Amino acid sequence: MRERKQPLFHLVKRSELPAKYAWMIRLLSLLAAMLVGALIFLLLGSNPVKAYGEILSGALGRESARQRVVNIAVPLLGVALAIAPCFKMKFWNIGAEGQITVGAIGATFFALTFGGKYGLFAGKEPSLLLLLMMALGSMLCGAFWALIPAFFRAKWGTNETLFTLMMNYIAIGIVKWLQGGPWEGKPGSQIIPNFHASALLPKVFGVHIGWIVVLVLTVLIFVYMRYTKHGYEIAVLGESTNTARYAGMNVAWITVRTMLLSGAISGLVGFMIVSGANRTLYYGVAGGVGFTAITVAWLAQLNPFAMIVISLLLAVLSKGAGNLETVMGIPTSISDIITGIILMFMLASEFFIRYRLVRSHKESKEAKKA
Amino acid sequence: MDTTCAVRMEEVTKTFGPVVANDRVTLEIRKGEILSLLGENGSGKTTLMNMLAGLYFPDSGRIFVNGKEATIASPKDAFAHGIGMIHQHFKLVNVLSAAENVVLGLEGGALLDIREVSRKIREIAEKYGFSVDPAKKVYDMSVSEKQTLEIIKLLYRGAEVLILDEPTAVLTPQETEKLFDVLRVMKKDGKAIVIITHKLHEVTSLADRVAVLRRGTFVGEVAIGETDAAELTNMMVGRQVSLNIDRSEPENTAPRLKITDLTVVDDEGVTKLDHVNFTAFGGEILGIAGVAGSGQKELLESIAGLCPVKSGEILYTPEGKKPSNLVGKTPMQIKSAGVAMAFVPEDRLGMGLVGGMGMVGNMMLRSWREGGGAFVHHKDPNALAKKVMDELEVVTPDVNYPVRRLSGGNVQKVLVGREIATAPSVLMSAYAVRGLDINTSYTIYNLMNQQKKNGVAVIFVGEDLDVLLELCDRILVLYDGKVSGIADARTVTKEEVGMMMTHLGKGGEADA
Repeated sequence: MRERKQPLFHLVKRSELPAKYAWMIRLLSLLAAMLVGALIFLLLGSNPVKAYGEILSGALGRESARQRVVNIAVPLLGVALAIAPCFKMKFWNIGAEGQITVGAIGATFFALTFGGKYGLFAGKEPSLLLLLMMALGSMLCGAFWALIPAFFRAKWGTNETLFTLMMNYIAIGIVKWLQGGPWEGKPGSQIIPNFHASALLPKVFGVHIGWIVVLVLTVLIFVYMRYTKHGYEIAVLGESTNTARYAGMNVAWITVRTMLLSGAISGLVGFMIVSGANRTLYYGVAGGVGFTAITVAWLAQLNPFAMIVISLLLAVLSKGAGNLETVMGIPTSISDIITGIILMFMLASEFFIRYRLVRSHKESKEAKKA
Repeated sequence: MDTTCAVRMEEVTKTFGPVVANDRVTLEIRKGEILSLLGENGSGKTTLMNMLAGLYFPDSGRIFVNGKEATIASPKDAFAHGIGMIHQHFKLVNVLSAAENVVLGLEGGALLDIREVSRKIREIAEKYGFSVDPAKKVYDMSVSEKQTLEIIKLLYRGAEVLILDEPTAVLTPQETEKLFDVLRVMKKDGKAIVIITHKLHEVTSLADRVAVLRRGTFVGEVAIGETDAAELTNMMVGRQVSLNIDRSEPENTAPRLKITDLTVVDDEGVTKLDHVNFTAFGGEILGIAGVAGSGQKELLESIAGLCPVKSGEILYTPEGKKPSNLVGKTPMQIKSAGVAMAFVPEDRLGMGLVGGMGMVGNMMLRSWREGGGAFVHHKDPNALAKKVMDELEVVTPDVNYPVRRLSGGNVQKVLVGREIATAPSVLMSAYAVRGLDINTSYTIYNLMNQQKKNGVAVIFVGEDLDVLLELCDRILVLYDGKVSGIADARTVTKEEVGMMMTHLGKGGEADA
């Protein structure tokens, strides 16, 4: 018999931790992650302090860099907001990538059809009417793309994870076809021509106006999830389908409605990418944003305001990484590793907010003294 | 009788966040003795035993097995010390046979000699008076057979200390007697047995010694010969509670629900309700008895519109209104057609409550649609939550504290309190007092009685026959989806109801 095999540590669930301490744990885990990252820089023979400095200065040093950071953060935040209601509902929508792409197609259709034509849209300034048409088109397309898996799930209980994932590839395939076919610019170029000036989003403080849109959306989604009947339905459904049914909720309709909303917002983000950042459509338009946004949403624990912070943090890391390569010759893949480490530590910190490790022996002695 | 100490727990403490489940509990379990662990809900009985079974690890305190200090960090450690526990929810693999379940997880050679295992199982069964077929698949077994199998599993592994968590909750009176006989034989064999139960008459008829927990602390222990039900209740709740349910004569009864030839078939084509006929009257409590899974759930769910009906009619007659058929209506329509139905589902958390929300969020499940506009209204649910919290003495740090983290009894109070607050005209409850302590149970019986006096037709699905006999006016017994009989609760005996639960009676001596 193994008599004296006392575990060295064991887990004890914490009482509710005051928010101040919870944030301290998060900060500590960020520091710990940076320490591990420093080890990697050391192994590569680089000075970690300098490397971290370069990431920061590369991302925040010049105004153009800061604008670039916001440019990266806007779609991340927008899509994180889009998938938050789905995830709250435990509907695993990993098809934001495709919904962005299809939204971008919708916007591009109006940009190519009307941009620079019909006198009305021929001016050198962005046309509000055209932009509204593009926004609406992108939202309808994104919503439609999300509707398909939602309908199948609501009607026949199909697995939404696989379904939404596969829809991504179809969307990307459609863009490839458009690039080489109907919307091809110069024959043989495989490129869709740049949008006319009337179809481009205006800039505010050097960044396309999308940043204001997503900030407004942040507030709207917060209110929607927290204070509306829809938000309540989503929260109940996420906890238990049976409870929702029992409370008289129309589970199928709530599923479809939430996905329509989610798809519409993702589609809108697609519009902002083509019209604000890229100025045209190509098959890599979503560029992984639909997946990275899942990380943003989870790290923020589906809290819209926390998503602002997380998406900015990821954007800083991503922009700073480019600088690291040009200045110190450290490949960008290394900064991807650093980003991964930081994300892992931050996820782990949530665990330590809920539990604490105690030394088994010490604890029992303490209890006796008490 | 050999009554040396088998297990001793000293100053054992376990906390879950802010909740102290066990506070420096010291308890002795002796060989050749049946110890009954008694306590209100959330008093920490199951938690305490789970620490012996290796499911939880104590925050502090020490455990001695056979006089030597032991560390039990996993169920495997528990087995190594000869401690085994039978949980409320069986842990068996459905598609495997009895023998296969018994050896599951045991270390051994690569080859499994199932015949040798079967022989040993039969040997154990013979020794203690079980009846078991080692080759029978678990999915073919009745609840009582599964429980027997769980016990054999422990004995096969050489358990000397057996802990049973509310073993009789799922059994008929006859099956309970059989279980008790087996436990008595095991006691004679020198095993140490701990039984967790709420049923006082079981404690007095079976146990040698009773240990009482209250709010996580050890209150005391008494030998069974030196105590009575009243004293035990006092120890449990810390104050005198009346053990009588006052049952008034039904007044102004009028047919409220008339159910004709109700038949329900589930997704797999199994007939769950077979031509059920009965009438529920306003102003009376109709008890529904039956072995678990006899169609109670389907009956209530089909009335509430949650379960599709194959054929039959559910005629609902609200006070002073014309009758209407509920079959084919959605749950929402049944509600909005003026049918206020309060439904306490069997599985309280899975169906009636949202675990991650606080009391306020859960009160809103009933009212979320009310009030104009797109926003939910928090004010009324908030007030209702506070009212339920005060009236039913729900122990929670805050009305917004997630109900998942409350103890079982408190969870149920939240559910029952909300259902009654809807002022229904038919109140259906399934297992409303399942797992509740006596004090809370009586709070709920009184609430039911109050509803009855208000002219509500109360349908009470229960598992404790003593309670059904004392609380209800009539008792309908379901057997395998059929009405086995309807009896007058004032004259029928427990044995008669028990017989109807296990054998089909004359099919309901009409609507008495």
